[in-house]
Amino acid sequence: MKIPKGLYYSESHEWVKVEDGTAYIGITDYAQDSLGEIVFVELPEEDEPVSAGAEFGAIESVKAASDINSPVSGTIVAVNEELEDNPELINEDPYENWIIKVELDDTSELNKLMDADAYAEHCEE
Amino acid sequence: MKRTVLYDAHVALGAKMVEFAGYQMPIQYRSLTDEHHAVRKHAGVFDVSHMGEIAVMGKEATELVDYVFTNNVRSLTANQVVYGMFCYEDGGVVDDLLVYKINNNHYLLVVNAANIDKDFAWLTEHNTFDCDVVNQSDATSEIALQGPLAESILQKTTDYDLSTLTFFTFDDIELYGDMFLVSRTGYTGEDGFEIYGEHDAIRRLFNTLLEDHEALTPCGLGARDTLRFEVALPLYGQELSADISPLEAGYGFAVDLNKDHFIGRKTLLKQKEEKVKRRIVGVEAKGKGILRHGYPMKVDDQVVGFVTSGYKSPSTGLTVALALIDKPYDKKGTEIDCIVRNRSIKTVVRNKKFYDKNYHK
Repeated sequence: MKIPKGLYYSESHEWVKVEDGTAYIGITDYAQDSLGEIVFVELPEEDEPVSAGAEFGAIESVKAASDINSPVSGTIVAVNEELEDNPELINEDPYENWIIKVELDDTSELNKLMDADAYAEHCEE
Repeated sequence: MKRTVLYDAHVALGAKMVEFAGYQMPIQYRSLTDEHHAVRKHAGVFDVSHMGEIAVMGKEATELVDYVFTNNVRSLTANQVVYGMFCYEDGGVVDDLLVYKINNNHYLLVVNAANIDKDFAWLTEHNTFDCDVVNQSDATSEIALQGPLAESILQKTTDYDLSTLTFFTFDDIELYGDMFLVSRTGYTGEDGFEIYGEHDAIRRLFNTLLEDHEALTPCGLGARDTLRFEVALPLYGQELSADISPLEAGYGFAVDLNKDHFIGRKTLLKQKEEKVKRRIVGVEAKGKGILRHGYPMKVDDQVVGFVTSGYKSPSTGLTVALALIDKPYDKKGTEIDCIVRNRSIKTVVRNKKFYDKNYHK
């Protein structure tokens, strides 16, 4: 199971990668592996607000639907439209294929998330 | 939580195990989609040991089965299998099952894992006849070998000429030196066999089949569900339930209303005469999104039904669902909105057979 260092992780298995005050959000390797083959990603619209812990979209695998939650609060500045036609990219590389890009309201929210080591432990539980 | 006799084999094969009906079962091994295609194109083997086996034995075994079962068992000859249901008086379904006629005094009923206790109690409660009802589930293991190569693979294990075992018949057959009950039945829409035996014999058979045949893929419950869904075979709890009658579900062929009596006949006869008010249809999504069990279906903001099962069908690539729809919205071509997480997706009513069955008859 891949858990790259330097990212922030949520209990509901999303990752956050911060670059210049904006955050890329995706789902972890553990999440894509549990879901199985992804067949559809329900993406939100740009400019919509997201709040920490609330769902902003959904991922459908062959087996089931699963909400995707935002680990942080802010405004969506971009969505990865490539996933509309190629949702399986998340299975192939869950860290390369982000889902939304968010302008953060409050960078201190990041402190409430887990680092790679803590997340690895969380996955073991 | 119970384990089947193949639990260690599943773990060794890298299966993802989930709880299903009180059993730890493989939902998939490597890839649900690959397993699905393997059964359509080559062959797959499934552990279905969680299924229940209940024997009805004695002088009046036929009378008891006839009384609780919707389909006709009196016309069966020995070694035939028939599909049907146990119904409540109100036409709702207790369970759907296969009945194997061993002889006039002995039937084997194969029931859903989640309903074993309920079915056993139902049979016992209605057994005013001179026969015994015996739950053999814990002593019996079962695998299903399914797909166009199923016969040629199984033929290599036996001297029995499997081409003579026709659709919905069974026999006692020696495979790799052990004895099994083998029927030409399945739950995938492909040719294949369901094989019942003692625990150790099933374990030997499962492992040896996989060792000897590269073309054989172990398949989990995930692929079992997508395969049965594409050919519109019902799943109890979804297309059939205590609230959905066999006629509403479109399985009238498994209900013999010409029989003098069986539990539920009166209500079902009335439903047939007055025509059902809703029925299971196929729908195809025109927008993006997957239609899942329980999602409401609406026409002009009025709920006209709900989804019973839905997938992006692996064999056709179509986003389709089975849905229980009120009349008159069940007609082909009717546009119905499916409500998916507060969004609505346009769907159109179509034939519910999303993929053609490929049986050996």
